[in-house]
Amino acid sequence: MAVSTQPSKAGRAEAAGVIPAGLCALGAAFWAGAARAELGLNFPEPAAGVAQEIYNIHMLTTTIATVLLVIIFGFVIYSLIHHRKSRGYVADQTFHQSWFGHWSWVIVPVLVLGIDLTIAHSAQKTLEKVWEVPEGEDMLDVKVVGHQWWWEYEYLDHAVEIDGKPRTVRIESRATPEDKAGEHYLRDVDNPLVLPVGKKVRFLHTSADVNHAFWVPELAVKKDAIPGYVTETWVDLNREGTFRGQCAELCGTWHSRMPIVVESVSEDRFSTWIDGQKQAMVASAAEASMDKTWDKDALLEKGHAAYNTKCGACHQINGKGLPPAFPALAGSKIATGPIAGHLDIVLNGKPGTAMVAWNSLSNLELAAIITYERNAWGNDTGDVVQPRDIEAARSLAVK
Amino acid sequence: MTTTTLDQPHEHAHAHEHHGPPRGLKRWLFSTNHKDIGTMYLVFALTMLFAGGASAMLIRMELFMPGLQLLEPDLYNNLVTNHALIMIFGAVMPAAAGLANWMIPLMIGAPDMALPRMNNLSFWILPAAATMLILSFVVPFFPGGGTQINTGWTLYPPLSLQVGMSMDFLIFAIHLLGISSVLASINIIVTIFNMRAPGMRMLEMPIFVWTWLVTAFLLILVVPVLAGGVTMLLFDRHFGTSFFNAAGGGDPVLFQHLFWFFGHPEVYILILPSFGVLASIIPTFARKPLFGYNSLVGAMIAIMVIGMVVWAHHQYTIGMSLGAVSYFMIGTIIISIPVGLMVFNYMATMWRGSMTFETPMLFAVAILLMFSFGGLTGIMLAVVPADMQYHDSMFVVAHFHYVLLPGAVFGLFAGIFYWLPKWTGHMYKEKLAKLFFWVNVISFNVTFFPQHFIGLAGMPRRIADYNVMFTEFNVVSSLGAFVFGLSHLLLLYIVIDTVRRGKQAEARVWEGARGLEWELPSPPPFHSWTTPPNLATVAR
Repeated sequence: MAVSTQPSKAGRAEAAGVIPAGLCALGAAFWAGAARAELGLNFPEPAAGVAQEIYNIHMLTTTIATVLLVIIFGFVIYSLIHHRKSRGYVADQTFHQSWFGHWSWVIVPVLVLGIDLTIAHSAQKTLEKVWEVPEGEDMLDVKVVGHQWWWEYEYLDHAVEIDGKPRTVRIESRATPEDKAGEHYLRDVDNPLVLPVGKKVRFLHTSADVNHAFWVPELAVKKDAIPGYVTETWVDLNREGTFRGQCAELCGTWHSRMPIVVESVSEDRFSTWIDGQKQAMVASAAEASMDKTWDKDALLEKGHAAYNTKCGACHQINGKGLPPAFPALAGSKIATGPIAGHLDIVLNGKPGTAMVAWNSLSNLELAAIITYERNAWGNDTGDVVQPRDIEAARSLAVK
Repeated sequence: MTTTTLDQPHEHAHAHEHHGPPRGLKRWLFSTNHKDIGTMYLVFALTMLFAGGASAMLIRMELFMPGLQLLEPDLYNNLVTNHALIMIFGAVMPAAAGLANWMIPLMIGAPDMALPRMNNLSFWILPAAATMLILSFVVPFFPGGGTQINTGWTLYPPLSLQVGMSMDFLIFAIHLLGISSVLASINIIVTIFNMRAPGMRMLEMPIFVWTWLVTAFLLILVVPVLAGGVTMLLFDRHFGTSFFNAAGGGDPVLFQHLFWFFGHPEVYILILPSFGVLASIIPTFARKPLFGYNSLVGAMIAIMVIGMVVWAHHQYTIGMSLGAVSYFMIGTIIISIPVGLMVFNYMATMWRGSMTFETPMLFAVAILLMFSFGGLTGIMLAVVPADMQYHDSMFVVAHFHYVLLPGAVFGLFAGIFYWLPKWTGHMYKEKLAKLFFWVNVISFNVTFFPQHFIGLAGMPRRIADYNVMFTEFNVVSSLGAFVFGLSHLLLLYIVIDTVRRGKQAEARVWEGARGLEWELPSPPPFHSWTTPPNLATVAR
């Protein structure tokens, strides 16, 4: 029979109390500190009503999880210290026959069920507040389209008449390069999504190619953008500011380089901005629809800028591409060969690859880009492609 | 001998024992012996552990600093994909199968598995599958080889429809892996049902055997669904179908459902055998009977059943209705009950025991603590509105590494230290093993704990490059990862060293160990339990 070498009962009780108390104090201090957003340890400061709800339920579950962790660790650590052979503790061979042994299989599940139902109840309440788009309210509808590897936003409620047809305000949002983005590299775009504070916004998400996901942490909005589907989320911005997010579904090579920037502004500034967008659309449509013949240098200048923005991410600014996924255009057979083939692949894309059909660009933009590609990086074909050539190529059958 | 009395197999086998196993390559290539096949599974798994670990080291090297320093993004995405596929299908599952092969016959008093030749096939499919996997990695480095698999192990279309021929090699690898798992599962179920020693009732078998019984049923139920899903991918890629192509009338989300219908039960497949190992280890080192045997059996069956109907908690952001998402939320939260009950039973086994802390027990305690932590972040993730922030962020990566590494992998390490003396007849070097434990567990925490915070702060997962705001924790995580990765070399050394030499181990290697495997010598004879044990005489 082993002799008990345990410390006195009083000493043990003290020791048993100190550890959980100490852990609790540590935990509370850590918690108060950790919850501050700017430390980068927790969600950023919510910028919308739904985001606040989500932050609250997150803090609830985190607190419950921490308390449970302290209790579990407390018991285990106590046991590790006291129930040791080296301390002379004799194993209780009939523990499983004790009252606790007989009933714990009921008590433990019931306790866990109680905690689960508490969490589920609060979670369900929060879910019902944030999930479904509110009905019967006047909301700003924004269509979000994921592309490889940029975002397209369309303000469905705001259109301007061009060539006798209404065209909705549409912006293309691409990552800014490192030299321009500075500390916001990978979280900065050329054309942010401008949204008004105080008016609820409904997002309609889809994709032009593969699965993407639209995620802005300060809005607590995340939804998959799936080709062939339209998924919905909504948000009620409640403060002004610049909120940065990223694509949240692996979508290929540049998944890491598809940021989202939301500029939350007052309703007045939003109106001004939208009007500015409409004017710019009218102006660029006027320029593109002129049935004029452009000179080579003007096309090259336009084409250079447009190529860098729209094609450069994959085919690289130096035209060398990233083979085999993104072929080089410098010295490529298509860019130096027959113009018809070059037009076809740009207009219609190459199915089964990341090269999509770029037929949504204007005739002018496409003419400029293709002229640039045929003359840059030593390609030097001397070819000039005019907007009317693009128009003619569009009406050819798609291969 | 041509008489067919019941005694004949025993005498025949007795003669074999004097001959020993066949010599040379034939012994391994044509083996029908559960011990040799178990050893081959374990050696294969250890090799794959290093291959998967190498991918992880490259990943953490790229993520050490912001910027793309080492890898093209598609190669990075491919390493992310391969790390998961190799670890899940190449390391954890074969290692668990190795433990099953070695231990189930020993534990139930059976001379071998029920279907020894099929057992051989189940193993030897694996090197073929591994070859396919290697090919899928290597082919893009050659001209005309196409693009790397850059989809993550989840292989979602339409992206996976864009990948080059690597994807086809992977699909075939998955077919082979699935066949191996299903055949092994059939073998395990038949063995457990039919070959227990006379008098061993189902509710008297070791919990390790129960966990493999449940795992085997899960495998048979869900692996064919994965096989179906990837075959549909193959058809979309090459035979003009549109299962997952919206333009052709198909649905990309269908693949997600098929994948996760397999994928969620898969995590229980990964964890249950390791939980079974815990059920063997903790009573031994606590010198006290396992607490709550019946409730452990009930809990694991509940896990199996509920685990099969909660898969879409991996898909909360696809645009499901309120009703659907509420259902999956409550189902997922409820699983905490049986899982919590199992963990509780192990802790109650420790409670008021007389514990010593040899390496297997060190791992067991670390598993209980860290798996509980991972389980708690799992409950956080189950909450749909909050998951809008966690999903596809580094928080998820932290969560699943806290349940998979401490849960599945450390469980296998614990089992290896626990049973290595039985298998080899040599004691491993305890001091070295303890060093391995501490370096491994501490560096694991340094690697993955910070990832919770960068996830909450907004860093997505599966990205090769990140904004400078996430730098500090990524540096810490990578440093931890380098130490963690290197520490496994110590494991390799210990295992090889123990196989070759060491202090002779007794039959009952551990003072508190109970069970049929401890009645046999260390190492057990090539054919053991050729005469079934008399359970009445076995120490309880």
